[in-house]
Amino acid sequence: MAEIRLEKLTKEFKETLAVDHIDLVVEEGQFFSLLGPSGCGKTTTLRMIGGFEDPSSGAIYLGGDDVTDLPAYKRNVNTVFQSYALFPHLDVYNNVAYGLKRKKVDQADIKKRVEDMLVLVDLEGYGPRRINQMSGGQQQRVALARALVNRPAVLLLDEPLGALDLKLRNQMQLELKRIQREVGITFIYVTHDQEEAMRMSDRIAVMNAGRFEQVGAAQDVYKLPATAFVAGFLGASNLLDGEVEGADGSSAKVALAAGSTIALPAARLPNERGSVRIGVRPEKIFIEAAGSSGGGTENRGDNAIEAMVDISIYTGVSTSYECSTTDGSKVVVYVQNMGASADALAPGSKVRLSWHPEHTFAVEKNSSTEGGDNEMSDRGGTT
Amino acid sequence: MARRSRRWSPVPYLLTLPGALWLTVFFIVPMFTMFSVSFQEGNFEEGFVFTGYWQNYTNVLTRYDTQLFRSLAYGLIVTLVTLCLSYPMAYWIARRGGKNKNLFLLLILLPFFTPFIIRTLAWKQLLGDNSIILGTLKGWNLLPESYQVLATSTAVLSGLIYNFLPFMALPLYVALERMDPSLLDAATDLYSNRRQAFLRVTLPLSLPGVFAGSLLTFIPAVGDFINADLLGGVNTVMIGNVIQREFVTNLDYPEGAALSFLLMGMIVIGVFLYARVLGTEELTG
Ligand SMILES: Nc1ncnc2c1ncn2[C@@H]1O[C@H](COP(=O)(O)OP(=O)(O)O)[C@@H](O)[C@H]1O
Ligand SMILES: [Mg+2]
Repeated sequence: MAEIRLEKLTKEFKETLAVDHIDLVVEEGQFFSLLGPSGCGKTTTLRMIGGFEDPSSGAIYLGGDDVTDLPAYKRNVNTVFQSYALFPHLDVYNNVAYGLKRKKVDQADIKKRVEDMLVLVDLEGYGPRRINQMSGGQQQRVALARALVNRPAVLLLDEPLGALDLKLRNQMQLELKRIQREVGITFIYVTHDQEEAMRMSDRIAVMNAGRFEQVGAAQDVYKLPATAFVAGFLGASNLLDGEVEGADGSSAKVALAAGSTIALPAARLPNERGSVRIGVRPEKIFIEAAGSSGGGTENRGDNAIEAMVDISIYTGVSTSYECSTTDGSKVVVYVQNMGASADALAPGSKVRLSWHPEHTFAVEKNSSTEGGDNEMSDRGGTT
Repeated sequence: MARRSRRWSPVPYLLTLPGALWLTVFFIVPMFTMFSVSFQEGNFEEGFVFTGYWQNYTNVLTRYDTQLFRSLAYGLIVTLVTLCLSYPMAYWIARRGGKNKNLFLLLILLPFFTPFIIRTLAWKQLLGDNSIILGTLKGWNLLPESYQVLATSTAVLSGLIYNFLPFMALPLYVALERMDPSLLDAATDLYSNRRQAFLRVTLPLSLPGVFAGSLLTFIPAVGDFINADLLGGVNTVMIGNVIQREFVTNLDYPEGAALSFLLMGMIVIGVFLYARVLGTEELTG
């Protein structure tokens, strides 16, 4: 049974529509991420599920029960808050035991469960410590333990790693994933970091301006973005204008403004005719000097365009090229530096860019703005 | 930076020098002087001599025990009432004040822009037998003609409560304002309803404010003499009035000094016990 179901959930603040009629189903035991730029409504959504914010309209179901009007303290969910919100006047043990004491679990049981939980989050023996004696990473674990010890049906986490430095973040990502598998509880995880979301989640909802742009398995959302926003927000992507020429069975043809016609699975087209934007990830593109034989040994992909190298950046493992096509569109290409053909293509070289039809996706021409800018600014803010 | 701090420097010591000198000259020296005065014997005309006469203490204690304990009782009542009045007020400003927080704080502090005595005199006007309040009520026959507030303990306590309310409200406000509101979300998330969240989280975290406010209210209220002087009568005389009379009217310096130190000792013990009850951990954390 679905653990969480949201129906047309909406939250309006005085002037902002923070969450705009969202529908969502999260299955039991999933690691589910809400991903989106700052201010898109992730926290508000989470706070409504937790019961800290009353929805303006819509309904919330937990395990099949309508909990829309249930106060937070009666819901079978627990939250790991963005700033941890640990009680500074209590020690670690009493922070973790807080919920169990309110639920009137008996003393011996509380002691056992709290201690087991401290072991699970790798804080064995830290019970008598005061909160202000703990590092950021340790506080994060206390917050996690304090929520998990109550064995909720759903755990809500609001950017729980946001305050940690990069190294600790990566470590805690693995840790969280391990803990989630061990306890088997549904996690709803809010983050604005697309790598974090992809690394950890079973499914992702990409959010923008109070709405879901796309909901799907982490890989699918990356491979087949449904909108320009999603394409731009999850990693870099190249988008090229084109006109649908028609479908031939399962394959469709699109004439690019850049001058060639490419193929892609017809089911990926957002509209059967008219304008579309064709997308392809930078690491899926092969680049070679124009007019070269192409080696002939391997299939470089049937879709191809002509372009010119503007800039090449060598980063050790890979080289990235920024190229422009004949119609002025920019295309970014990542090439693994495998050693043999280390001769970089100089700026100004004419090149041929090619990729497979299966690596091609398409989004609506007039769909929402790209997420690329947000992604950059968010990254800047967290590192 | 690190290298510099390792070398001894006279600058920090020099910086504390003016303050230290000031305190020595105007606080510590007079304290010792008064302390020795409290063991002197004699009278104003012929002069006082130090004889180690500790009976000054027992004399004033037996003579002025009523006023002494009245003052302590008044101080206690004033502290409790100001606490009950300012807690909701400080809470509301800290939580719901929004953009106007500073305006509300200013309103609390506004009375301080007029001198203490003027404020107390204003209360004398308000509480007078034929004042705008009592006079009007008597005019409507809602109160008997002989009814009076002035010269009763109600009047003195009202004045004290009014005058010391900000000393309680401000530290409470600071403690409540400092508290992260998401702690209340966390408490509700962990199965506390609003009442439990208040008792388990807000109240313990505001204790340092309660403590500071109580000291700032209790100590000056116990020693106050202006309110009793202007609003009180013979049955509301406080220890402050007695001390003042000993020094100014009776010119009995040893007894005045003994009384002062007696009061100080009682306050110090009281504060110490109070700190023990509230728990020192909360006060330092
Ligand atoms: N309590 C509030 N009052 C008014 N506006 C709010 C409040 N909380 C959030 N908002 C607004 O709602 C939008 C979504 O906020 P939020 O859910 O916090 O976004 P996110 O967590 O994705 O960064 C923002 O525009 C924010 O300014
Ligand atoms: Mg947020």
